[in-house]
Amino acid sequence: MAAGFKTAEPLEYHRSFLKENCRPDGRVLSEFRTTTLNIGSISTADGSALVKVGSTTVICGIKAELANPAVETPGKGYIVPNVDLPPLCSSRFRPGPPGEQAQAASQFIADVIESSEVIDTEDLCIERGKLCWVLYCDIICLDYDGNILDACVIALLAALKNTKLPEVTVNTETSTPEVNVEKRSLLHIHKHPVAASFCVFDDSILIVDPTDEEEKLSTAQLTVVTDEEGQLCSVHKPGGTSLSGEKLQECISRATARQREIQKLIDKVIKSIKTAK
Amino acid sequence: MEVCRSSAVSLREFGCEQSLLSRPDGSASFVQGDTSVLAGVYGPAEVKVSKEIYDRATVEVLIQPKVGLPSVRERSQEQCVRETCEASLLLSLHPRSSLTLVLQVLHDDGSLLSCSLNSACMALMDAGLPMSCLFCGVTCAIDYDGKIITDPSAAQEKGSRALMTFAIDSTERRVLMSSTKGSFSVHELQQCIAVSQKASEKIFQFYRDSISRRYSKNL
Repeated sequence: MAAGFKTAEPLEYHRSFLKENCRPDGRVLSEFRTTTLNIGSISTADGSALVKVGSTTVICGIKAELANPAVETPGKGYIVPNVDLPPLCSSRFRPGPPGEQAQAASQFIADVIESSEVIDTEDLCIERGKLCWVLYCDIICLDYDGNILDACVIALLAALKNTKLPEVTVNTETSTPEVNVEKRSLLHIHKHPVAASFCVFDDSILIVDPTDEEEKLSTAQLTVVTDEEGQLCSVHKPGGTSLSGEKLQECISRATARQREIQKLIDKVIKSIKTAK
Repeated sequence: MEVCRSSAVSLREFGCEQSLLSRPDGSASFVQGDTSVLAGVYGPAEVKVSKEIYDRATVEVLIQPKVGLPSVRERSQEQCVRETCEASLLLSLHPRSSLTLVLQVLHDDGSLLSCSLNSACMALMDAGLPMSCLFCGVTCAIDYDGKIITDPSAAQEKGSRALMTFAIDSTERRVLMSSTKGSFSVHELQQCIAVSQKASEKIFQFYRDSISRRYSKNL
């Protein structure tokens, strides 16, 4: 009976739960799904992380390559993020060139990296005007169950914290770079941005960490990115119904709390890797 | 062409012209300082079966840059404009049909997204589509001294620490869309929203003046 009701009247089905201040999966309105994190899952990548938020699964691999710095910014390296939503992760994605959602997500991640200054791109410069690192951050969704942006930001941050770049010296005689693969050092992470996503139901009810179904039925979505100092790096609301100031404030304070939780989680996982070694 | 000179909340001079194209169902060009965007609306028209939605119209937004092909940046701006339009249009009145909004950037001198939103709203009005409210775009920049500049030019955008664009609705002056760059505090965000709401009054007044002048001429 319940299954039939859910298929025929999905909105009414959700409303009946929200009336009781809970959600179909048993969570209260301001509760995140269980977040699990695995760091260093891809041994061939320079840095990697796998994140699960409920059943949403995202994997991030970082590949470092040597390149010439851009002429306008001779003292800086660059970071190229890319979010991929393959047909594997959900029936709504078709094979072929990336769709609007994937492109918008890539742009969002690029904006977060730039706004939060998670990495100082000057750290990636090896020799001014001649040689620098390019970090290709490929984020692939394996299972799509809503709230992809949060998962992507966590995966990216954890993978960057795991990235070890080999030492490079430029031979003065031949002026060719020499890579010492044995000696690797961690990247310097300046900020820890963490995203928190919200959905607005029926123009008034605010829910945290929406699933795919909730995203489809909601009237607006909002993502807030904060760092450890409580500074906002992004308040991304691509449209939808309007939001009052108080609601926005509520979202921001929930996002700062989420930032602390995630940073603790990342630190804990990194520590456990170190002790395992 | 209407021109508005602004005073208290400093916005650049803005102007608008409607129905300047003959083929689209509605068109408008909006100018903010040197930034200028041309918008055309087609619809409600027939929709591709794959994009059909059974209980409302499908909105498509295309942003054409001045040079080159649309890239990832344009795609994310398209998403912002599309979802803002979806929130204000009464789409359920035109089920199984399509609305196409084409925005051609004529010149970019800062505040491009807000100019795109304004020209989109003017074009939708010109097309006579049923809407629950109007919307306008306001861009705020925070410079390194913490001063808020509304409607910044490209040079001011470059010299700023944070940049925020909001879409404000005309009924309750609430935030429909927000897109930000750079880091800022909660207090600064709230200040910028308040400033944008104040600036939106001016833009809505300009909308009103421009429409009333246009129809009084035709009579």
